[in-house]
Amino acid sequence: MKADPLGVATGSHYMDGDHACAEGAIAAGCRYLAGYPITPSTEVAERIAVRFPKVGGMFIQMEDELASMAAVVGATWTGVKAMTVTSGPGFSLMMENIGLAAMMETPCVVVNVQRGGPSTGLPTLAAQADMMQARWGSHGDYEIIALSPNSPQECFDLTITAFNLAEQWRVPVMFMMDECVGHMSEKVDIPAADEITLTARKFYKGKKANYKPYKFNGQAKLAPMVKAGDGYRIHVTGLTHDERGYPLIDAETQARNVYHLVNKIRNNAEKICLFEEDQVADAEVVVISYGISSRVALKAVEQAREDGLKVGMLRLIVVWPFPEQRIKQLAKQVKSFVVPEINLGQISLEVERNAAGQAQTILVPHPGGWVHDPDDILKAIKEGAA
Amino acid sequence: MDIKFSGFGGQGIIKSGMIIGKAASLYDNLHATLTQSFGPEARGSACSAALVVDESPVLYPYIVTPHILVSMSQEAYEKFSDELAPGGTLLIDADLVQMEAPRNDVSIFSTPATRIAEEMGNRLFSNVVMMGFFTAITKVVRPESVKKALSGLIPERFMEKNIEAFDRGYDYGLEVLEQADDGIAAETDAREK
Repeated sequence: MKADPLGVATGSHYMDGDHACAEGAIAAGCRYLAGYPITPSTEVAERIAVRFPKVGGMFIQMEDELASMAAVVGATWTGVKAMTVTSGPGFSLMMENIGLAAMMETPCVVVNVQRGGPSTGLPTLAAQADMMQARWGSHGDYEIIALSPNSPQECFDLTITAFNLAEQWRVPVMFMMDECVGHMSEKVDIPAADEITLTARKFYKGKKANYKPYKFNGQAKLAPMVKAGDGYRIHVTGLTHDERGYPLIDAETQARNVYHLVNKIRNNAEKICLFEEDQVADAEVVVISYGISSRVALKAVEQAREDGLKVGMLRLIVVWPFPEQRIKQLAKQVKSFVVPEINLGQISLEVERNAAGQAQTILVPHPGGWVHDPDDILKAIKEGAA
Repeated sequence: MDIKFSGFGGQGIIKSGMIIGKAASLYDNLHATLTQSFGPEARGSACSAALVVDESPVLYPYIVTPHILVSMSQEAYEKFSDELAPGGTLLIDADLVQMEAPRNDVSIFSTPATRIAEEMGNRLFSNVVMMGFFTAITKVVRPESVKKALSGLIPERFMEKNIEAFDRGYDYGLEVLEQADDGIAAETDAREK
Protein backbone atom coordinates (compact mmCIF):
# COMPACT_ATOMS: atom_id res chain seq x y z
CA MET A 1 0.00 0.00 0.00
CA LYS A 2 1.02 3.63 -0.47
CA ALA A 3 1.35 6.29 2.23
CA ASP A 4 -1.60 8.54 3.09
CA PRO A 5 -0.85 11.95 1.52
CA LEU A 6 -2.33 13.61 4.62
CA GLY A 7 0.69 12.56 6.67
CA VAL A 8 3.44 13.14 4.13
CA ALA A 9 5.23 16.52 4.20
CA THR A 10 6.39 16.22 0.59
CA GLY A 11 9.22 18.58 -0.36
CA SER A 12 12.76 19.54 0.55
CA HIS A 13 13.36 20.49 4.16
CA TYR A 14 16.25 21.54 6.34
CA MET A 15 15.65 19.69 9.57
CA ASP A 16 17.35 17.68 12.28
CA GLY A 17 17.29 13.92 12.64
CA ASP A 18 14.75 13.94 15.46
CA HIS A 19 12.25 15.91 13.39
CA ALA A 20 12.97 13.76 10.34
CA CYS A 21 12.27 10.63 12.39
CA ALA A 22 8.93 12.13 13.44
CA GLU A 23 8.04 12.88 9.82
CA GLY A 24 9.09 9.35 8.82
CA ALA A 25 6.83 7.86 11.47
CA ILE A 26 3.85 9.95 10.36
CA ALA A 27 4.50 9.07 6.71
CA ALA A 28 4.73 5.39 7.71
CA GLY A 29 1.21 5.60 9.09
CA CYS A 30 2.08 5.75 12.78
CA ARG A 31 -0.89 7.29 14.58
CA TYR A 32 -0.10 6.65 18.22
CA LEU A 33 2.85 7.71 20.32
CA ALA A 34 3.14 7.19 24.05
CA GLY A 35 6.30 8.55 25.56
CA TYR A 36 8.07 10.37 28.33
CA PRO A 37 10.37 13.27 27.40
CA ILE A 38 14.10 12.69 27.60
CA THR A 39 17.06 14.45 26.01
CA PRO A 40 18.14 14.02 23.23
CA SER A 41 14.96 12.41 21.90
CA THR A 42 12.35 14.94 23.03
CA GLU A 43 12.16 16.74 19.68
CA VAL A 44 10.73 13.61 18.06
CA ALA A 45 7.79 13.62 20.46
CA GLU A 46 7.47 17.41 20.28
CA ARG A 47 7.03 17.39 16.53
CA ILE A 48 4.66 14.43 16.65
CA ALA A 49 2.59 16.17 19.35
CA VAL A 50 2.13 19.13 17.01
CA ARG A 51 1.56 17.10 13.84
CA PHE A 52 -0.66 14.26 15.10
CA PRO A 53 -3.86 16.28 15.65
CA LYS A 54 -3.75 17.24 11.95
CA VAL A 55 -3.57 13.62 10.79
CA GLY A 56 -5.87 11.97 13.30
CA GLY A 57 -3.14 10.57 15.51
CA MET A 58 -2.87 10.50 19.28
CA PHE A 59 0.12 11.56 21.34
CA ILE A 60 0.08 10.88 25.05
CA GLN A 61 2.72 11.87 27.55
CA MET A 62 2.79 9.00 30.01
CA GLU A 63 3.90 8.97 33.64
CA ASP A 64 7.08 7.09 32.78
CA GLU A 65 8.75 4.81 30.27
CA LEU A 66 7.33 1.55 31.66
CA ALA A 67 3.83 2.84 31.04
CA SER A 68 4.84 4.32 27.66
CA MET A 69 5.94 0.98 26.29
CA ALA A 70 2.92 -0.80 27.79
CA ALA A 71 0.61 1.73 26.14
CA VAL A 72 2.31 1.18 22.78
CA VAL A 73 1.74 -2.58 23.02
CA GLY A 74 -1.90 -2.04 23.96
CA ALA A 75 -2.49 0.54 21.24
CA THR A 76 -1.03 -1.76 18.60
CA TRP A 77 -3.59 -4.43 19.48
CA THR A 78 -6.36 -1.94 18.72
CA GLY A 79 -5.11 -1.87 15.14
CA VAL A 80 -2.97 1.27 14.95
CA LYS A 81 0.71 1.58 14.17
CA ALA A 82 2.36 2.79 17.35
CA MET A 83 5.74 3.90 18.58
CA THR A 84 7.59 5.26 21.55
CA VAL A 85 10.65 7.49 21.71
CA THR A 86 13.33 7.60 24.37
CA SER A 87 17.01 7.64 25.22
CA GLY A 88 19.24 5.34 27.32
CA PRO A 89 17.74 5.65 30.82
CA GLY A 90 14.21 5.40 29.40
CA PHE A 91 15.25 2.53 27.15
CA SER A 92 16.34 0.61 30.24
CA LEU A 93 12.94 1.18 31.85
CA MET A 94 11.17 -0.01 28.71
CA MET A 95 12.94 -3.35 28.62
CA GLU A 96 10.30 -5.35 30.47
CA ASN A 97 7.56 -4.33 28.08
CA ILE A 98 9.77 -4.64 25.02
CA GLY A 99 10.00 -8.29 26.08
CA LEU A 100 6.20 -8.32 26.33
CA ALA A 101 5.95 -6.91 22.80
CA ALA A 102 8.35 -9.59 21.54
CA MET A 103 6.46 -12.35 23.36
CA MET A 104 3.04 -11.15 22.13
CA GLU A 105 4.48 -10.62 18.61
CA THR A 106 3.35 -7.02 18.65
CA PRO A 107 4.59 -4.89 15.74
CA CYS A 108 5.80 -1.50 17.00
CA VAL A 109 8.77 0.82 16.82
CA VAL A 110 10.96 1.93 19.72
CA VAL A 111 13.16 4.93 18.93
CA ASN A 112 16.28 5.27 21.06
CA VAL A 113 18.28 8.45 20.45
CA GLN A 114 21.41 7.18 22.16
CA ARG A 115 23.38 9.33 24.61
CA GLY A 116 26.37 8.53 26.78
CA GLY A 117 25.83 6.12 29.68
CA PRO A 118 25.71 4.11 31.87
CA SER A 119 22.89 5.52 33.99
CA THR A 120 22.19 9.23 33.46
CA GLY A 121 25.57 9.60 31.74
CA LEU A 122 25.79 12.34 29.11
CA PRO A 123 22.26 13.65 28.44
CA THR A 124 23.30 15.98 25.62
CA LEU A 125 26.10 14.03 23.97
CA ALA A 126 26.31 11.12 21.59
CA ALA A 127 27.06 7.44 22.13
CA GLN A 128 26.30 4.10 20.49
CA ALA A 129 26.54 2.04 23.63
CA ASP A 130 22.99 0.62 23.72
CA MET A 131 23.47 -1.70 20.75
CA MET A 132 23.68 -4.91 22.78
CA GLN A 133 20.85 -3.78 25.04
CA ALA A 134 18.72 -3.25 21.95
CA ARG A 135 19.26 -6.87 21.02
CA TRP A 136 18.75 -8.67 24.30
CA GLY A 137 18.02 -6.08 26.99
CA SER A 138 14.87 -7.83 28.14
CA HIS A 139 15.02 -11.23 29.83
CA GLY A 140 14.47 -14.52 28.07
CA ASP A 141 15.17 -15.65 24.52
CA TYR A 142 13.87 -13.54 21.69
CA GLU A 143 15.08 -11.70 18.62
CA ILE A 144 14.27 -8.20 17.45
CA ILE A 145 15.23 -6.05 14.48
CA ALA A 146 17.36 -2.91 14.93
CA LEU A 147 18.28 -0.18 12.46
CA SER A 148 20.87 2.58 12.64
CA PRO A 149 20.50 5.76 10.54
CA ASN A 150 23.51 7.97 9.78
CA SER A 151 21.82 11.19 8.61
CA PRO A 152 18.58 13.15 9.02
CA GLN A 153 17.56 11.85 5.57
CA GLU A 154 17.93 8.29 6.82
CA CYS A 155 16.06 9.16 10.00
CA PHE A 156 13.13 9.80 7.68
CA ASP A 157 13.65 6.93 5.23
CA LEU A 158 14.55 4.24 7.73
CA THR A 159 11.78 5.07 10.20
CA ILE A 160 9.45 4.01 7.41
CA THR A 161 11.53 0.86 6.89
CA ALA A 162 11.33 0.21 10.64
CA PHE A 163 7.53 0.30 10.61
CA ASN A 164 7.44 -1.91 7.52
CA LEU A 165 9.74 -4.49 9.09
CA ALA A 166 7.71 -4.41 12.32
CA GLU A 167 4.54 -5.27 10.40
CA GLN A 168 6.19 -7.87 8.19
CA TRP A 169 7.75 -9.77 11.09
CA ARG A 170 5.33 -8.91 13.90
CA VAL A 171 8.19 -7.77 16.05
CA PRO A 172 9.23 -4.67 17.98
CA VAL A 173 11.82 -2.80 15.91
CA MET A 174 14.52 -0.76 17.66
CA PHE A 175 15.40 2.46 15.85
CA MET A 176 18.89 3.19 17.13
CA MET A 177 19.69 6.82 16.45
CA ASP A 178 22.33 8.76 18.38
CA GLU A 179 22.48 12.31 19.73
CA CYS A 180 24.68 13.51 16.89
CA VAL A 181 22.37 12.32 14.12
CA GLY A 182 19.30 13.33 16.13
CA HIS A 183 20.40 16.93 16.67
CA MET A 184 22.16 17.42 13.34
CA SER A 185 20.34 19.44 10.67
CA GLU A 186 20.70 18.61 6.99
CA LYS A 187 18.61 18.58 3.85
CA VAL A 188 15.80 16.03 4.01
CA ASP A 189 13.87 15.20 0.85
CA ILE A 190 10.42 13.83 1.54
CA PRO A 191 8.94 12.16 -1.53
CA ALA A 192 5.35 12.21 -2.69
CA ALA A 193 3.00 9.90 -0.80
CA ASP A 194 2.56 7.61 -3.80
CA GLU A 195 6.32 7.00 -3.86
CA ILE A 196 6.30 5.66 -0.29
CA THR A 197 5.45 1.97 -0.03
CA LEU A 198 4.09 0.75 3.28
CA THR A 199 3.59 -2.74 4.62
CA ALA A 200 -0.01 -2.99 5.71
CA ARG A 201 -0.88 -5.03 8.77
CA LYS A 202 -2.46 -8.38 7.89
CA PHE A 203 -5.85 -8.63 9.55
CA TYR A 204 -7.78 -11.89 9.88
CA LYS A 205 -11.00 -12.07 7.90
CA GLY A 206 -12.30 -15.63 8.45
CA LYS A 207 -14.74 -17.13 10.94
CA LYS A 208 -14.39 -15.76 14.44
CA ALA A 209 -14.36 -19.19 16.03
CA ASN A 210 -11.40 -20.33 13.94
CA TYR A 211 -9.08 -17.42 14.67
CA LYS A 212 -5.71 -18.00 16.27
CA PRO A 213 -3.43 -15.03 16.94
CA TYR A 214 -0.24 -17.06 16.48
CA LYS A 215 1.27 -19.52 14.07
CA PHE A 216 4.39 -21.15 15.49
CA ASN A 217 6.37 -22.11 12.43
CA GLY A 218 9.47 -19.96 12.75
CA GLN A 219 8.81 -18.90 9.20
CA ALA A 220 8.03 -15.79 7.25
CA LYS A 221 4.33 -16.58 7.12
CA LEU A 222 2.94 -15.24 10.37
CA ALA A 223 -0.60 -15.29 11.74
CA PRO A 224 -2.74 -12.26 10.87
CA MET A 225 -3.86 -10.01 13.73
CA VAL A 226 -7.28 -8.76 14.83
CA LYS A 227 -8.33 -5.52 16.49
CA ALA A 228 -9.47 -5.32 20.07
CA GLY A 229 -13.12 -4.35 20.01
CA ASP A 230 -13.95 -6.20 16.81
CA GLY A 231 -15.56 -9.02 18.74
CA TYR A 232 -12.85 -11.66 18.68
CA ARG A 233 -12.51 -13.51 21.95
CA ILE A 234 -8.79 -13.78 22.06
CA HIS A 235 -6.17 -13.85 24.72
CA VAL A 236 -2.65 -12.50 24.44
CA THR A 237 -0.20 -12.76 27.27
CA GLY A 238 3.40 -12.53 28.37
CA LEU A 239 3.14 -16.08 29.69
CA THR A 240 4.29 -18.95 27.52
CA HIS A 241 1.31 -19.65 25.29
CA ASP A 242 -0.08 -21.82 22.51
CA GLU A 243 -1.23 -20.63 19.09
CA ARG A 244 -4.58 -19.59 20.55
CA GLY A 245 -2.67 -17.28 22.89
CA TYR A 246 -3.62 -19.24 26.01
CA PRO A 247 -1.01 -19.82 28.71
CA LEU A 248 0.42 -23.30 28.84
CA ILE A 249 3.16 -23.70 31.36
CA ASP A 250 5.18 -26.64 30.16
CA ALA A 251 8.48 -27.33 28.44
CA GLU A 252 6.92 -28.47 25.19
CA THR A 253 4.91 -25.27 24.67
CA GLN A 254 7.89 -23.19 25.76
CA ALA A 255 9.95 -24.85 23.03
CA ARG A 256 7.36 -24.19 20.32
CA ASN A 257 6.74 -20.63 21.47
CA VAL A 258 10.33 -19.52 21.96
CA TYR A 259 11.84 -21.32 18.97
CA HIS A 260 9.26 -19.52 16.88
CA LEU A 261 10.07 -16.06 18.30
CA VAL A 262 13.75 -16.60 17.65
CA ASN A 263 13.62 -18.51 14.38
CA LYS A 264 11.26 -16.18 12.55
CA ILE A 265 14.11 -13.68 12.66
CA ARG A 266 17.17 -15.98 12.61
CA ASN A 267 15.92 -18.14 9.73
CA ASN A 268 15.13 -15.03 7.72
CA ALA A 269 18.12 -12.95 8.70
CA GLU A 270 19.45 -12.77 5.16
CA LYS A 271 16.14 -11.30 3.99
CA ILE A 272 16.05 -8.74 6.79
CA CYS A 273 19.71 -7.68 6.80
CA LEU A 274 20.46 -4.40 5.10
CA PHE A 275 23.97 -3.09 4.57
CA GLU A 276 25.89 -0.95 2.14
CA GLU A 277 29.28 -1.87 0.71
CA ASP A 278 31.88 0.33 -0.91
CA GLN A 279 34.97 -0.99 -2.69
CA VAL A 280 35.15 -4.29 -0.81
CA ALA A 281 35.88 -6.41 -3.93
CA ASP A 282 39.66 -6.19 -3.67
CA ALA A 283 39.90 -4.84 -0.14
CA GLU A 284 42.51 -6.09 2.29
CA VAL A 285 40.92 -4.18 5.13
CA VAL A 286 37.19 -3.65 5.54
CA VAL A 287 35.90 -1.01 7.93
CA ILE A 288 32.58 -2.02 9.46
CA SER A 289 30.55 0.74 11.06
CA TYR A 290 27.06 2.15 11.55
CA GLY A 291 25.24 5.35 12.47
CA ILE A 292 27.26 8.54 12.82
CA SER A 293 30.50 6.54 13.19
CA SER A 294 30.11 5.30 9.62
CA ARG A 295 30.43 8.85 8.28
CA VAL A 296 33.51 9.62 10.29
CA ALA A 297 34.90 6.21 9.27
CA LEU A 298 34.35 6.99 5.60
CA LYS A 299 36.50 10.09 6.00
CA ALA A 300 39.30 7.86 7.29
CA VAL A 301 38.69 5.33 4.52
CA GLU A 302 39.01 8.03 1.86
CA GLN A 303 42.29 9.17 3.38
CA ALA A 304 43.57 5.58 3.53
CA ARG A 305 42.73 5.09 -0.15
CA GLU A 306 44.62 8.26 -1.00
CA ASP A 307 47.54 6.73 0.85
CA GLY A 308 47.29 3.73 -1.49
CA LEU A 309 45.69 1.21 0.86
CA LYS A 310 43.08 -1.28 -0.33
CA VAL A 311 40.26 -0.44 2.05
CA GLY A 312 36.60 -1.26 1.74
CA MET A 313 33.67 -0.13 3.81
CA LEU A 314 30.65 -2.06 5.02
CA ARG A 315 27.96 0.04 6.67
CA LEU A 316 25.34 -1.74 8.73
CA ILE A 317 21.89 -0.24 8.18
CA VAL A 318 20.04 -3.09 9.84
CA VAL A 319 22.33 -3.97 12.74
CA TRP A 320 20.18 -6.79 14.20
CA PRO A 321 19.93 -9.38 12.78
CA PHE A 322 23.63 -9.21 12.03
CA PRO A 323 24.85 -10.11 8.50
CA GLU A 324 26.74 -13.18 9.69
CA GLN A 325 27.05 -14.87 6.29
CA ARG A 326 28.55 -11.80 4.66
CA ILE A 327 31.10 -11.31 7.42
CA LYS A 328 32.07 -15.01 7.22
CA GLN A 329 32.60 -14.64 3.46
CA LEU A 330 34.64 -11.46 3.80
CA ALA A 331 36.76 -12.99 6.56
CA LYS A 332 38.17 -15.41 3.98
CA GLN A 333 39.20 -12.51 1.76
CA VAL A 334 40.46 -9.73 4.00
CA LYS A 335 43.35 -9.41 6.41
CA SER A 336 41.45 -7.32 8.92
CA PHE A 337 38.19 -5.78 9.93
CA VAL A 338 38.31 -2.37 11.58
CA VAL A 339 35.27 -1.55 13.70
CA PRO A 340 34.86 2.04 14.95
CA GLU A 341 31.91 2.45 17.28
CA ILE A 342 31.05 4.88 20.07
CA ASN A 343 31.24 2.26 22.79
CA LEU A 344 33.98 0.08 24.18
CA GLY A 345 33.27 -2.90 21.95
CA GLN A 346 29.80 -4.26 21.09
CA ILE A 347 29.31 -4.85 17.37
CA SER A 348 33.05 -5.57 17.10
CA LEU A 349 32.40 -8.70 19.18
CA GLU A 350 29.93 -9.91 16.56
CA VAL A 351 32.42 -9.19 13.80
CA GLU A 352 35.15 -11.03 15.68
CA ARG A 353 32.88 -14.01 16.37
CA ASN A 354 31.93 -14.35 12.73
CA ALA A 355 35.46 -13.75 11.49
CA ALA A 356 36.27 -16.81 13.61
CA GLY A 357 40.00 -16.26 13.54
CA GLN A 358 40.21 -16.05 9.74
CA ALA A 359 40.69 -12.31 9.80
CA GLN A 360 41.84 -9.97 12.51
CA THR A 361 39.25 -7.68 14.15
CA ILE A 362 40.46 -4.29 15.35
CA LEU A 363 38.09 -2.32 17.54
CA VAL A 364 38.36 1.47 17.47
CA PRO A 365 36.53 2.31 20.70
CA HIS A 366 35.17 5.63 21.86
CA PRO A 367 33.55 6.08 25.29
CA GLY A 368 31.03 8.67 24.06
CA GLY A 369 30.53 12.42 24.23
CA TRP A 370 31.96 13.06 20.76
CA VAL A 371 32.61 11.20 17.53
CA HIS A 372 35.91 9.54 16.61
CA ASP A 373 38.92 11.44 15.43
CA PRO A 374 39.23 10.13 11.85
CA ASP A 375 43.00 9.81 12.47
CA ASP A 376 42.37 7.13 15.09
CA ILE A 377 40.42 5.10 12.53
CA LEU A 378 43.11 5.70 9.91
CA LYS A 379 45.73 4.41 12.33
CA ALA A 380 43.71 1.23 12.87
CA ILE A 381 43.30 0.78 9.10
CA LYS A 382 47.08 1.02 8.66
CA GLU A 383 47.59 -1.44 11.50
CA GLY A 384 45.10 -3.78 9.83
CA ALA A 385 46.81 -3.54 6.45
CA ALA A 386 50.31 -4.16 7.82
CA MET B 1 33.98 25.70 4.69
CA ASP B 2 33.61 25.43 8.47
CA ILE B 3 31.55 28.20 10.01
CA LYS B 4 30.83 28.90 13.66
CA PHE B 5 28.07 31.27 14.74
CA SER B 6 28.36 32.41 18.34
CA GLY B 7 26.70 34.78 20.75
CA PHE B 8 24.50 34.43 23.80
CA GLY B 9 21.31 32.41 24.16
CA GLY B 10 18.30 34.35 22.84
CA GLN B 11 20.09 36.23 20.04
CA GLY B 12 19.00 33.72 17.42
CA ILE B 13 22.44 32.18 16.97
CA ILE B 14 21.16 28.65 16.30
CA LYS B 15 18.52 30.14 14.00
CA SER B 16 21.29 31.87 12.05
CA GLY B 17 22.90 28.50 11.45
CA MET B 18 19.56 27.08 10.33
CA ILE B 19 19.01 29.97 7.91
CA ILE B 20 22.43 29.77 6.27
CA GLY B 21 22.38 25.95 6.27
CA LYS B 22 18.96 25.90 4.64
CA ALA B 23 20.01 28.52 2.07
CA ALA B 24 23.11 26.52 1.16
CA SER B 25 21.55 23.08 0.95
CA LEU B 26 18.11 23.87 -0.46
CA TYR B 27 18.82 26.79 -2.78
CA ASP B 28 22.56 26.86 -3.54
CA ASN B 29 23.07 23.18 -4.35
CA LEU B 30 25.61 22.70 -1.55
CA HIS B 31 25.78 20.24 1.34
CA ALA B 32 25.34 21.81 4.76
CA THR B 33 25.43 20.10 8.14
CA LEU B 34 24.50 22.03 11.27
CA THR B 35 25.29 20.97 14.80
CA GLN B 36 24.73 23.00 17.92
CA SER B 37 26.07 23.10 21.42
CA PHE B 38 23.70 21.99 24.16
CA GLY B 39 24.02 22.23 27.91
CA PRO B 40 24.38 25.19 30.25
CA GLU B 41 25.60 27.42 27.40
CA ALA B 42 22.22 27.08 25.72
CA ARG B 43 20.63 28.97 28.60
CA GLY B 44 21.92 32.54 28.52
CA SER B 45 25.69 32.50 28.32
CA ALA B 46 27.87 31.79 25.28
CA CYS B 47 26.20 29.55 22.73
CA SER B 48 27.25 28.42 19.30
CA ALA B 49 26.12 26.67 16.16
CA ALA B 50 28.56 24.96 13.82
CA LEU B 51 27.85 24.73 10.12
CA VAL B 52 29.91 22.72 7.65
CA VAL B 53 29.25 23.76 4.04
CA ASP B 54 30.77 21.75 1.22
CA GLU B 55 30.32 20.84 -2.43
CA SER B 56 30.44 17.13 -1.54
CA PRO B 57 28.51 15.35 1.23
CA VAL B 58 29.70 16.26 4.72
CA LEU B 59 31.17 13.27 6.54
CA TYR B 60 32.62 14.71 9.76
CA PRO B 61 29.85 16.79 11.34
CA TYR B 62 31.73 18.83 13.92
CA ILE B 63 34.07 21.80 13.65
CA VAL B 64 37.44 22.03 15.35
CA THR B 65 39.02 25.04 13.60
CA PRO B 66 36.39 27.21 11.89
CA HIS B 67 37.32 29.18 8.77
CA ILE B 68 34.67 31.74 9.57
CA LEU B 69 33.66 32.83 13.07
CA VAL B 70 30.69 35.07 13.77
CA SER B 71 30.70 36.49 17.30
CA MET B 72 27.79 38.50 18.60
CA SER B 73 28.84 38.74 22.25
CA GLN B 74 31.99 39.44 24.22
CA GLU B 75 31.86 36.10 26.01
CA ALA B 76 31.45 34.19 22.75
CA TYR B 77 34.30 36.13 21.16
CA GLU B 78 36.60 35.38 24.08
CA LYS B 79 35.58 31.74 24.16
CA PHE B 80 35.88 30.96 20.45
CA SER B 81 38.22 33.46 18.75
CA ASP B 82 41.33 31.37 19.43
CA GLU B 83 39.78 28.47 17.53
CA LEU B 84 39.60 30.41 14.27
CA ALA B 85 41.94 29.05 11.61
CA PRO B 86 44.87 31.27 10.59
CA GLY B 87 43.80 33.19 7.50
CA GLY B 88 40.19 32.85 8.58
CA THR B 89 37.47 35.47 8.76
CA LEU B 90 36.08 36.95 11.95
CA LEU B 91 32.77 38.82 11.91
CA ILE B 92 31.76 40.70 15.05
CA ASP B 93 29.04 42.94 16.33
CA ALA B 94 30.90 46.24 16.61
CA ASP B 95 29.14 47.37 19.79
CA LEU B 96 29.00 44.09 21.66
CA VAL B 97 32.54 42.86 21.11
CA GLN B 98 35.63 44.77 22.27
CA MET B 99 38.89 43.29 21.06
CA GLU B 100 41.82 44.04 23.35
CA ALA B 101 44.43 42.30 21.25
CA PRO B 102 42.88 41.43 17.90
CA ARG B 103 44.51 38.54 16.03
CA ASN B 104 46.62 39.75 13.15
CA ASP B 105 46.48 36.47 11.22
CA VAL B 106 42.77 36.68 10.40
CA SER B 107 40.55 39.13 8.50
CA ILE B 108 38.26 41.01 10.84
CA PHE B 109 35.03 42.71 9.80
CA SER B 110 32.62 44.42 12.14
CA THR B 111 29.11 45.76 11.87
CA PRO B 112 26.82 47.35 14.48
CA ALA B 113 24.18 44.67 13.87
CA THR B 114 22.37 45.16 17.16
CA ARG B 115 22.35 48.97 16.81
CA ILE B 116 20.95 48.69 13.27
CA ALA B 117 18.26 46.31 14.55
CA GLU B 118 17.40 48.72 17.36
CA GLU B 119 17.11 51.53 14.81
CA MET B 120 14.60 49.33 13.02
CA GLY B 121 12.61 49.05 16.23
CA ASN B 122 13.62 45.68 17.65
CA ARG B 123 16.95 44.19 18.58
CA LEU B 124 15.55 40.75 17.73
CA PHE B 125 16.45 41.50 14.10
CA SER B 126 20.13 41.69 14.98
CA ASN B 127 20.93 38.14 13.92
CA VAL B 128 19.35 38.69 10.50
CA VAL B 129 21.30 41.95 10.08
CA MET B 130 24.38 39.90 10.86
CA MET B 131 23.31 37.25 8.32
CA GLY B 132 23.12 39.98 5.69
CA PHE B 133 26.59 41.20 6.65
CA PHE B 134 27.86 37.60 6.68
CA THR B 135 26.44 36.95 3.22
CA ALA B 136 28.02 40.08 1.74
CA ILE B 137 31.45 39.48 3.27
CA THR B 138 31.84 35.71 2.94
CA LYS B 139 29.79 34.94 -0.19
CA VAL B 140 29.26 31.39 1.10
CA VAL B 141 25.61 31.62 0.01
CA ARG B 142 23.73 33.90 -2.36
CA PRO B 143 21.65 36.71 -0.82
CA GLU B 144 18.49 35.62 -2.64
CA SER B 145 18.93 32.11 -1.20
CA VAL B 146 19.09 33.44 2.34
CA LYS B 147 15.94 35.49 1.81
CA LYS B 148 14.16 32.41 0.52
CA ALA B 149 15.43 30.41 3.49
CA LEU B 150 13.84 32.86 5.95
CA SER B 151 10.42 31.59 4.98
CA GLY B 152 9.30 28.97 7.46
CA LEU B 153 12.02 29.84 9.96
CA ILE B 154 10.60 33.18 11.06
CA PRO B 155 6.95 34.19 11.51
CA GLU B 156 5.41 35.40 8.22
CA ARG B 157 4.17 38.63 9.80
CA PHE B 158 7.76 39.69 10.50
CA MET B 159 9.02 38.69 7.05
CA GLU B 160 9.12 42.18 5.58
CA LYS B 161 11.08 43.57 8.54
CA ASN B 162 13.50 40.65 8.41
CA ILE B 163 14.12 41.11 4.69
CA GLU B 164 14.83 44.77 5.44
CA ALA B 165 17.17 43.76 8.28
CA PHE B 166 18.97 41.39 5.94
CA ASP B 167 19.33 44.03 3.25
CA ARG B 168 20.70 46.59 5.71
CA GLY B 169 23.31 44.12 6.92
CA TYR B 170 24.10 43.10 3.36
CA ASP B 171 24.52 46.68 2.14
CA TYR B 172 26.67 47.49 5.15
CA GLY B 173 28.85 44.53 4.22
CA LEU B 174 29.23 45.69 0.62
CA GLU B 175 30.27 49.14 1.82
CA VAL B 176 32.81 47.69 4.21
CA LEU B 177 34.24 45.61 1.39
CA GLU B 178 34.55 48.68 -0.83
CA GLN B 179 36.30 50.62 1.90
CA ALA B 180 38.54 47.76 2.87
CA ASP B 181 42.20 48.25 2.17
CA ASP B 182 43.77 46.74 -0.92
CA GLY B 183 45.17 43.73 0.89
CA ILE B 184 41.82 42.57 2.18
CA ALA B 185 40.08 43.38 -1.09
CA ALA B 186 42.58 41.27 -2.99
CA GLU B 187 42.13 38.40 -0.56
CA THR B 188 38.35 38.53 -0.91
CA ASP B 189 38.67 38.52 -4.69
CA ALA B 190 40.85 35.47 -4.50
CA ARG B 191 38.25 33.69 -2.38
CA GLU B 192 35.53 34.57 -4.87
CA LYS B 193 37.48 32.95 -7.66
